[in-house]
Amino acid sequence: MLRLDNVVTHYGNIQALKGISLEINQGEIVTVIGANGAGKTTTLKAICGLVSISSGKIFFRGKDITGKPTSDIVGSGIAMVPEGRRVFPRMTVLENLQLGGYLNGDKNLIRKDLERVFELFPILKQRLKQIAGTLSGGEQQMLAIGRALMARPKLLLLDEPSMGLAPMIVSNIFDIIQEINQSGTTILLVEQNAHMALSIAHKGYVIETGRIVLEDTAKNLLNNEQVKKAYLGE
Amino acid sequence: MFFSQFFAQVVNGLTLGSTYALIALGYTMVYGILELINFAHSEIYMTGAFIGLMAVTVYKLPFAAALLAGMAGACMLGVIIEKVAYRPLRKANRIAPLISAIGVSIFLQNAALLAMGPQARAFPANFSAPGLNLGIIQISPLQLLILIISIFLMVGLHFLIQKTKIGQAMRATAQDKETAQLMGIKIDRVISFTFAIGSALGGAAGVLVGVYFNSADPMMGFFPGLKGFVAAVLGGIGNIPGAMVGGLILGLAEVLGAVYMSQYKDAIAFAVLILILLFKPTGLMGRRVQEKV
Ligand SMILES: Nc1ncnc2c1ncn2[C@@H]1O[C@H](COP(=O)(O)OP(=O)(O)OP(=O)(O)O)[C@@H](O)[C@H]1O
Ligand SMILES: [Mg+2]
Repeated sequence: MLRLDNVVTHYGNIQALKGISLEINQGEIVTVIGANGAGKTTTLKAICGLVSISSGKIFFRGKDITGKPTSDIVGSGIAMVPEGRRVFPRMTVLENLQLGGYLNGDKNLIRKDLERVFELFPILKQRLKQIAGTLSGGEQQMLAIGRALMARPKLLLLDEPSMGLAPMIVSNIFDIIQEINQSGTTILLVEQNAHMALSIAHKGYVIETGRIVLEDTAKNLLNNEQVKKAYLGE
Repeated sequence: MFFSQFFAQVVNGLTLGSTYALIALGYTMVYGILELINFAHSEIYMTGAFIGLMAVTVYKLPFAAALLAGMAGACMLGVIIEKVAYRPLRKANRIAPLISAIGVSIFLQNAALLAMGPQARAFPANFSAPGLNLGIIQISPLQLLILIISIFLMVGLHFLIQKTKIGQAMRATAQDKETAQLMGIKIDRVISFTFAIGSALGGAAGVLVGVYFNSADPMMGFFPGLKGFVAAVLGGIGNIPGAMVGGLILGLAEVLGAVYMSQYKDAIAFAVLILILLFKPTGLMGRRVQEKV
């Protein structure tokens, strides 16, 4: 479904991604784990066209999307839940969700999608008129995920959804990620919380300073000595 | 007797203030979305006035047509300026577009000097309408016209920004450009649109003030531009209702202040600017909602 071929990106003179290749098949949850500054966020931004790609190619559902504008990439079925949630702080919950469906012109469709989001996150329905900046961290994360779902993505990119949240909420959110996946959305999950990520993923990649250093099934990675030492704290 | 004079000044202040508000909106909308002070805005205002003047004097068009022409011309000018002078510098440091703005401003002043000559020209209104007589409060036809048009434009803008999809996209882009893009919003278009609307309002103000003082000249943008900017800061730069309120307060302050010290009329705006920067730099209606990161 998504394939990155040797993708290289720069911030100024600094090479952030030094040739990333990865592949995600339809229906999978794939995770990319790595330490701070490894290039996880940059990888997701490259996919969305938010950072420019110096060399390499990105294909989505057979089409070359390298260098396409972000609006086209989003329109083709990729949605992202950015790192740190990034809800629109001075807008209401409802407006945030509506913006998620920005490219779906049809009002009826938007209403239907809203219902689906409320099924996953009932709390959002009670907070429709609340200003998003005043939600708790966990609620903001739910809003960010709900907002991305409003775009009806075929591929959902999640950047550290566990960041800064209590363990209870994290496990709640990971349950919902699995639920979203089971109803047919392919998922690319970027995490520092390697244990949680590998426990729900089918496949995993380990990224270090802009390079993929390991790639295996999630199960094997959970049992991999290197991974255990470096990312699972065992 | 005292009261009728007082109310006359209030009406005068609100009339002037509503034009400052229109100008302030252009500054504040652009700042809200790009964090850039568009110093060329005073010249967009001046250009709107001259286009309106041409429409009235050369083409003998009625006032309404002149107003629309001034707005349309200013709107196009604003869009072009953004494309030529600001967009290429979007990723540069913050000082570069500011310098570019000042350059555009000087260029347009001189272009107008070249085209129109330095002398002020009469700007006949070319309309007939009734005034309003409420006993102690009297509003001249021209004042009434300016007030009604300004209010109409501001209400329209409010509706556009709060209730329409493009307005929602504008607010999203102002709050977080990267995330707005992730929603599928084409932010370049939204930015162009913001310049278009802000400049059209500035152009409207140019025509209205030109008619009010029956005069237009290439340097006419200088003081109203500065005052519109002060009004925007007074209301809280980037804040749209703030710009409206800031404009009205500044207009009132200026006119009422001038009763006591008429020779310092233009200085009042700067006194206000200094006071606001000293005591409430975020402006009267600056951000209230705390942003959680
Ligand atoms: N806007 C930027 N300008 C310059 N360098 C950047 C920028 N964003 C990221 N970098 C650098 O690129 C590298 C990869 O950063 P990235 O944000 O992709 O890491 P990450 O794996 O997401 O880290 P974290 O887990 O802390 O979010 C880092 O060295 C970082 O300093
Ligand atoms: Mg990151």
